[in-house]
Amino acid sequence: MFWTRKDLLGLDDLSREEIELILSTADSFKEVSSREIKKVPALRGKTVVNLFYEPSTRTRVSFEVAAKRLSADVINIETETSSVKKGETLIDTGTNIQALNADIIVIRHNYSGAAMMLAKHLNISVVNAGDGWHEHPTQALLDMFTLKEKLGCIQGLKVSIVGDIAHSRVARSNIWGLIKLGAEVTVCAPEILIPPAIEEMGVKVSHDIDEALHNADAVNVLRMQFERDAENAFPKQVEYFKNFGITKERLQKAKKNIIVMHPGPLNRGIEISSEVADGANSVILEQVTNGIAVRMAVLFLVAQGRDEKK
Amino acid sequence: MSLLIKNGRVVDPANKIDEVRDVLVEGSKISKVAAGIKVKADTTLDAAGKIVMPGLVDMHVHLREPGREDKETIASGTLAALKGGVTSVLAMPNTNPSMDSVDRVAFLQGIIEKNARGNVFICGAITQGRLGKALTDISALKKQGVVAVSDDGASVDSEQVMLEALKNARSNNVLVVCHCEDKSQSAGGVVNLGSISTRLGLRGISRESEYTRIERDIRLAEQAAAAVHIAHVSCKESVEIIARAKKRGIRVTAETAPHYFSLSEEALLGYDTNLKMNPPLRTREDVAAIKKGLKDRTIDAIASDHAPHTEHEKAIEFDRAEFGVIGLETELAVSITELVVPGIISWDTLAAALSLNPARILGINKGTLSSGSDADIIVVSPDQKWSVQKENIASQSKNSAFLGKSLLGIVAYTICNGQLAYQSSG
Repeated sequence: MFWTRKDLLGLDDLSREEIELILSTADSFKEVSSREIKKVPALRGKTVVNLFYEPSTRTRVSFEVAAKRLSADVINIETETSSVKKGETLIDTGTNIQALNADIIVIRHNYSGAAMMLAKHLNISVVNAGDGWHEHPTQALLDMFTLKEKLGCIQGLKVSIVGDIAHSRVARSNIWGLIKLGAEVTVCAPEILIPPAIEEMGVKVSHDIDEALHNADAVNVLRMQFERDAENAFPKQVEYFKNFGITKERLQKAKKNIIVMHPGPLNRGIEISSEVADGANSVILEQVTNGIAVRMAVLFLVAQGRDEKK
Repeated sequence: MSLLIKNGRVVDPANKIDEVRDVLVEGSKISKVAAGIKVKADTTLDAAGKIVMPGLVDMHVHLREPGREDKETIASGTLAALKGGVTSVLAMPNTNPSMDSVDRVAFLQGIIEKNARGNVFICGAITQGRLGKALTDISALKKQGVVAVSDDGASVDSEQVMLEALKNARSNNVLVVCHCEDKSQSAGGVVNLGSISTRLGLRGISRESEYTRIERDIRLAEQAAAAVHIAHVSCKESVEIIARAKKRGIRVTAETAPHYFSLSEEALLGYDTNLKMNPPLRTREDVAAIKKGLKDRTIDAIASDHAPHTEHEKAIEFDRAEFGVIGLETELAVSITELVVPGIISWDTLAAALSLNPARILGINKGTLSSGSDADIIVVSPDQKWSVQKENIASQSKNSAFLGKSLLGIVAYTICNGQLAYQSSG
């Protein structure tokens, strides 16, 4: 199995083999971060541009660390400091970055499909670091990497994704990836946060958190974004925590070794209690660590994929 | 000046003709349709193996002038029309400024007089500024020459305003063309609400937002005893509602656009902004229902909803890109390819949907080859294959939903008001 794509845009269009290749490549890169000198020359002389149209600290930093551990040069562009504010189109920004002879653009954008549009117009690699509600493939890959590390393999696992499924790119990428690798996926949320026809992606739908936790091998707890709706946020937060929050009491009824994941940043006391976030079942910080290895693998593979196309 | 079209298969639903005939044009009128006409004409066109039918009447076209001449003009739009076999268009009023007063309509008529290469009929606005609030003076607009009114691009939300508009339109014998969309249900949406909007992570436009507004407008039309025309029908329920209303004898007519019977929402998986339009591409089931509606004539007309946009308004993020696609140059070929070739409808029904019916709905003297009528005629090579390429589009804008697609049927000649106005190079 060789990687032949110049881009990573989502898990919707990847095959099972491609996903497994990324995960096994990440496996071999993980060890680099535990060395005294945390660097390999795999991308020496390559330039990675982090192009972020949405505020993000953790994903941006994770990509930056990953690129640097591969010896790439990294440039960060955030919208506040760029000509985007002056009305430049995304394609123009992309072609300008390409004209600098950069090799990879890592893009975070608030509109769904932005990464795909950019990739179609550029010869250089594009890695999707989250586009609108559409996909966040590296987050799902690091979630799967963590699951695999903890439980051996994904095939046959029961995984529940809890939270605002309708507006979550993390949910969509996880669903595509997990289903392709043979997991049984349940999404759980209040009815209004489940998008139409989600069953067609191969998942079960539940509106009952205890049912979703029952027999699950892992639960992926999504961040609730009440800040979009500040006026009604507080009563909704309390209500949400009561009905869907992951608490110690709820976990006691679940499998003893259930894995608790969260893409961060945490809303303690809204979607997850502190006891659970910091408890024995939580792998939240391991996810952050694994994110580096997965992003190293992705950057490495897309650079290789582009070289093959030349 | 005389022109003789020899040996073509003449399809003229108004006169129930579908056989090989000759067509003689004298001046700007059709003088005779018969077999073996022996006249020495100034021009003779050989139409053997070709279809001869009335020029198309496209009752839903955005020509963009005045206001957005960078997208399209009366000149460029009517040229594109002739290339597509369209000899008459209804120009929608959402120009800038909109066609909501006599002065503005008169101004547009001046441009048409000077620059139009085909027939342009004007649709006035229902409300001032198309804001859905204050009614325009429909009686004055009619006197100035508008043949219909519409706030197209927007629906009149207020029932009271819509009811008054329908009553005024009835007493002035003007057709009301309804863009049926309840924005309170569809705001922010960019694709059909369903599995594809979920998969793409885009906001959806529900089918309910279309058909509940069609239900309302039909109910108000019934109440006002007015004629109402439903624009761009895109989904199954809408077809069913219109069929039921027709059965009850309500004066309702409907149109659909070629993209609604040829493309379904799956085509959007690559976020192609040239497939972004309102209403959006729906499901395969809807495509089948639209075809059936055309076959059983629940849907009276095919109109392009030609909506030109510049490249830079489309080459941006899907959410931000303009709604709409061009269609004047492809509507005939898409209809032939998707409806006639697979045997869903006959040439007769096609000519009715693309020419006779819209002419009758608008009450204009077009859409037929009867002797004495305006000589708007097209000659079509029905089996000729071509591919839609940006470089060959006559419209000033290139935002076609069919770029790269292979289609059957080319317009060989377009005769408009007795003049050979367009001739294909191939």
